[in-house]
Amino acid sequence: MTTEAALPSGPARSGARGGGRTVSAVLFGGRTGPVLVIVAAILALWYAACLPMNAGLPSMPTEGDLATRYQAAWALERPVLPSPHQILMELRVSTCGRLPSDQPFWSAFFSCEIRWTPRNLLFHAWTTLSSTLVGFLMGGLLGIVLAVLIVHMKTLEKSLMPWIIASQTVPILAVAPIVIVVLGSLGITGLLPKSIISAYLCFFPVTIGMVKGLTSPHPIDLDLMRTYDASVWATFWKLRWPAALPFLFASLKVAIAISLVGAIVGELPTGAQAGLGARLLTGSYYGQTVQIWAALIAAAALAALAVAAVGLAERITVAALGGRR
Amino acid sequence: MVEAARAKTVPAPAGDGATGIAADRAKAAAPVVTARGLSLTFQTNDGPVYALKDVDLDIAAGEFVSLIGPSGCGKTTLLRVIADLEQATAGTIRVNGLDPDAARRQRQYGYVFQAPGLFPWRTVEKNVMLPLEIFGLPAAERRARAAKNLELVNLKGFEKKYPWQLSGGMQQRASIARALSFDPALLLMDEPFGALDEIVRDKLNGQLLALWAATGKTVVFVTHSIPEAVFLSTKIVVMSPRPGRIIDVIDCDFPRDRTLDIRETPEFLAVAHRVREGLRAGHSYDD
Repeated sequence: MTTEAALPSGPARSGARGGGRTVSAVLFGGRTGPVLVIVAAILALWYAACLPMNAGLPSMPTEGDLATRYQAAWALERPVLPSPHQILMELRVSTCGRLPSDQPFWSAFFSCEIRWTPRNLLFHAWTTLSSTLVGFLMGGLLGIVLAVLIVHMKTLEKSLMPWIIASQTVPILAVAPIVIVVLGSLGITGLLPKSIISAYLCFFPVTIGMVKGLTSPHPIDLDLMRTYDASVWATFWKLRWPAALPFLFASLKVAIAISLVGAIVGELPTGAQAGLGARLLTGSYYGQTVQIWAALIAAAALAALAVAAVGLAERITVAALGGRR
Repeated sequence: MVEAARAKTVPAPAGDGATGIAADRAKAAAPVVTARGLSLTFQTNDGPVYALKDVDLDIAAGEFVSLIGPSGCGKTTLLRVIADLEQATAGTIRVNGLDPDAARRQRQYGYVFQAPGLFPWRTVEKNVMLPLEIFGLPAAERRARAAKNLELVNLKGFEKKYPWQLSGGMQQRASIARALSFDPALLLMDEPFGALDEIVRDKLNGQLLALWAATGKTVVFVTHSIPEAVFLSTKIVVMSPRPGRIIDVIDCDFPRDRTLDIRETPEFLAVAHRVREGLRAGHSYDD
């Protein structure tokens, strides 16, 4: 990483916003403006924190005025706290390679041709996402099935519930290596062990949410089904399941986020070759803080996208079921 | 089995109101509900609660019977025993000559609850079609019956609305249409208008009376409003609490096509007075 990287910092941003009343009306009429203000505030704090956080490093100059010291703090090779633009650059370089030096900076920055190398964060993100999704599917299904069984069989609630809760009190960092090693000795490697760790984490909120959702119908609704002599099957599909859907989506949002955590944790003990977890691990091996942060940002973006996808599915379902619940 | 039940409980759509009433008069003597020495005791942590005690009751076909009494007098419990939503702990009860469980399995009654109980994810039409779906009627038949019954409760044009888009009175009318959709001969109504304001309630009472006259159903109606009970009923059953028991049965033979105006007549006031006396007697017994 070179020191010439431009600083797309606070001042440039606020300058862009001074474009008159109509622009501010557009920005602050909706959510965009407030979000931008928070982002700008976080960035400003972040840049300001870089100097005190990195001041103790041997590569930092001990003399010079504040501007020089800050410039040094924002461009360290292995900082304690990397500056945001260093992370941005790392994301760019990891996906499309180094910037060609014969072009102006910004056009070079955005003329990005994705290169599928083992260093590419998109490649790692996809690896993690695929096991996240498989684990989410397995965990979601398991969670729903458990909830259905618990709601329909009183004895299961008493016998299963304590175990379900106990399962989540075991630290996943302790369970993950066991799962990986045991499955590895059975010849199962790659995506599946990671997905199982994801499923282990994400079935729990689905079970809890769906038990609540499936028992949410009012006693009057259940009495009504009884007066129709409705079967358990009919009561389930016509009453319990639709009543539980809002609860299902609320828990699925939690589930997909922790499913991603599970996949990343599952990538750590393998000494993994691929995945965001692997990037975090190699970054910490070699003290590459910028790489760690870049993987972190990628994971956060992935989680946000996944949760947004569930939210979209929820909106479509709610619209199909009458629009207001 | 479903087939057999459907054949019994969902006859071909009945003809117009006139033939309904004629059929009803023909079997006027047939008892729809018979209870003898009916008692129900709930076992609670604070000891037994006597919800019903030694209740004897006969309801003939085509009658409109109101169960009236203060809160906690067991009138809703009695209705729920008829509907097999509660089971009596002593005594006998027959619904159309069957025990309540068998009558429920044959879908011999429609039940209207205190709250409309419409499913918010279904349109009004789909709510009315809910029992028909469960009984396995074909889609065309379901739609025809929903249309007919929504018209009967003056909700034509609201088929595609969702429950939250309707007022409370309209929601309760939709729930009545749902109870009528499979054409049960017996309609059990548990304070269906209790949550509505007086003006809406008066209007719905008038509509319910017209509906009863048109369909010839037997209605058992729980209420704690004296004017409502006297206005609607052919028979008023006055109940008192702890233990829930019947203290008076009042025949109330106003013409079927009565209007709200009869509430000003001396006859109406005399019946209302007797109901009030009965309720008062029940209370003094309790003190």
